[in-house]
Amino acid sequence: MFILKILIRNAFRHKLRTFLTILGITVAILAFGLLRTFINAWYGGVEASSASRLVTRSSISLIFHLPLSYKDKIRQVDGVKVVSWGNWFGGVYIDEKNFFANFAVDAKSYLQLYPEFLLSPEETNAFLRDRKAFVAGRKLAKRFGWKIGDTVTLRGTIFPGNWDFVLRGIYQGRDETIDETQFFFHWDYLNETLKKRASARTDQVGWYMVGVSRPDRAIEVALAIDRTFKNSLAETLTETEKAFQLSFISMSETIIMAIQLVSFVVIIIIIAVVANTMSMTYRERIGEYAIFKTLGFRGWRIAGMIVGESMVITLIGSFLGIVLTFPVARIVGKMLSNYFPVFNVAEEAIYMDLAASIIIGLIAAIVPTYRSVRIRIADGLRRIG
Amino acid sequence: MAPIVEIIDVSKSYRRGNRTIPVLADINLNIEEGEFLALMGPSGSGKSTLLNLIAALDQVDSGAIRVGGIDITALSENELAEWRAVNVGFIFQFYNLIPVLTAFENVELPLLLTGLSRRQRNEHVEMALRIVNLEERMDHYPAQLSGGEQQRVAIARAIVTDPTILVADEPTGDLDKVAAREILELMDRLNRESHKTIIMVTHDPRAAEKARVIRRLEKGFLNDVHSQDPH
Repeated sequence: MFILKILIRNAFRHKLRTFLTILGITVAILAFGLLRTFINAWYGGVEASSASRLVTRSSISLIFHLPLSYKDKIRQVDGVKVVSWGNWFGGVYIDEKNFFANFAVDAKSYLQLYPEFLLSPEETNAFLRDRKAFVAGRKLAKRFGWKIGDTVTLRGTIFPGNWDFVLRGIYQGRDETIDETQFFFHWDYLNETLKKRASARTDQVGWYMVGVSRPDRAIEVALAIDRTFKNSLAETLTETEKAFQLSFISMSETIIMAIQLVSFVVIIIIIAVVANTMSMTYRERIGEYAIFKTLGFRGWRIAGMIVGESMVITLIGSFLGIVLTFPVARIVGKMLSNYFPVFNVAEEAIYMDLAASIIIGLIAAIVPTYRSVRIRIADGLRRIG
Repeated sequence: MAPIVEIIDVSKSYRRGNRTIPVLADINLNIEEGEFLALMGPSGSGKSTLLNLIAALDQVDSGAIRVGGIDITALSENELAEWRAVNVGFIFQFYNLIPVLTAFENVELPLLLTGLSRRQRNEHVEMALRIVNLEERMDHYPAQLSGGEQQRVAIARAIVTDPTILVADEPTGDLDKVAAREILELMDRLNRESHKTIIMVTHDPRAAEKARVIRRLEKGFLNDVHSQDPH
């Protein structure tokens, strides 16, 4: 208790300096936490992906479609439990700035494959019964004030024309990693409308989503699916949902790396700031450390006092930074909800904040500790007076 | 009876760049238990250096120093730290109290290195503060005390562990006349009533008058013993 008392009183001996240092740490930890949250948000889709789902797409590129007829062949592959399919619709709601993801999916199998989208039985039935129905995520419906029964018109970009949909369900994510900003409707509605318009793009799907009976067989099943379509006109590439999501992220890998780099630079800068504070402290207290030594305090006890003081300052700043990360992330998340449907402060980000705090506190104390332990008592006492 | 402090052929020099500056040369000195010794001499004569060596704050170049029969020149740094905590009480010119601790806490500081319980520590601290007549100001911080009061806290800190020797480096050097007299009287009382062995460095003749024995250092050499009846 006595030592803790000394640490806290020493830490606040120069109130303004300590306040500014704590403020710096708070801002740095806040920035670090937010940048880590950005990175987590980027990987949001990966986190939400299931080990028992595969995605089958054209081996050439995602923009090339696959025939609808593949669904029956995929179903026959050993280990396949459910097959669903979909197309990226790319519709615009009123204005392009109102961007959100919208898909045409095979509704029944899709809901079966994605149990993390929670819909009431009434909403599920209403969605399945109505060909023009769509389901929206809770955040998306809230964003535009949609209510059940509302008609929403999307302007097609890939599939031209105005498309009317009726909101029949609002899903909630099973947990906070689930994207609640999606819009999905019946693939049949899209396909039949295209048929009416005599489009050449009928019976074509963007990708298949495949549910496997056992996650440990996912790779084996993926290889079997691709083997089935080898040497066909539309060869497939099947991968786990996680790998599929990661392939999207790899396109923006440089940006993620840059964010990661900046997050570490922030920590390095604050280490320098705290180290400077601790060095000033050391210079002012050389005499006191000599007195402690004179009284019989050994080097490790003095080291403990310096490291302890550094940790007190750092942990106070870090605690404030971590506490502030949550409301600030909520505000930033709202501002960026068009780009990051899931923008939650991950537990991992908090652990990284804490690890960064400890590293800052320890590194900043290294030089003053080394010097104070090494200083000869007679030299230290000469600095007094 | 063997002397409490034996200084045998002690030499000490400092290096300044490439130069070696001799400070003490073949010093021999015995200090009896219960003695009040004043070390006098002009600035740079080596008196503070000798005091630092006796208190194990610095290391000799050659020779040996025995305190209470222990050759402190043969101890390691860690052993010296433990030895100082038990055997030496320090009184400095500038009091050297820790500004963030109250008078009570400053006096308690050396006791943290002992195995005493909190209750026992409190008893020791209260007794030490009573001896220096400061028990009513125990909750005050050094900045709230006068120079004389701060020095009395420093004396309480020096005696709280009941050390073998008390070393004082210019204990009145930063005090006005009245406060200086009080401090010297307190030290005199500690020597007479509690039989504390005190080694005091001073260049103030009035301070030296309180000592039983005065030794003078001149250019690193110790002059003859001068005993006196203290006033």
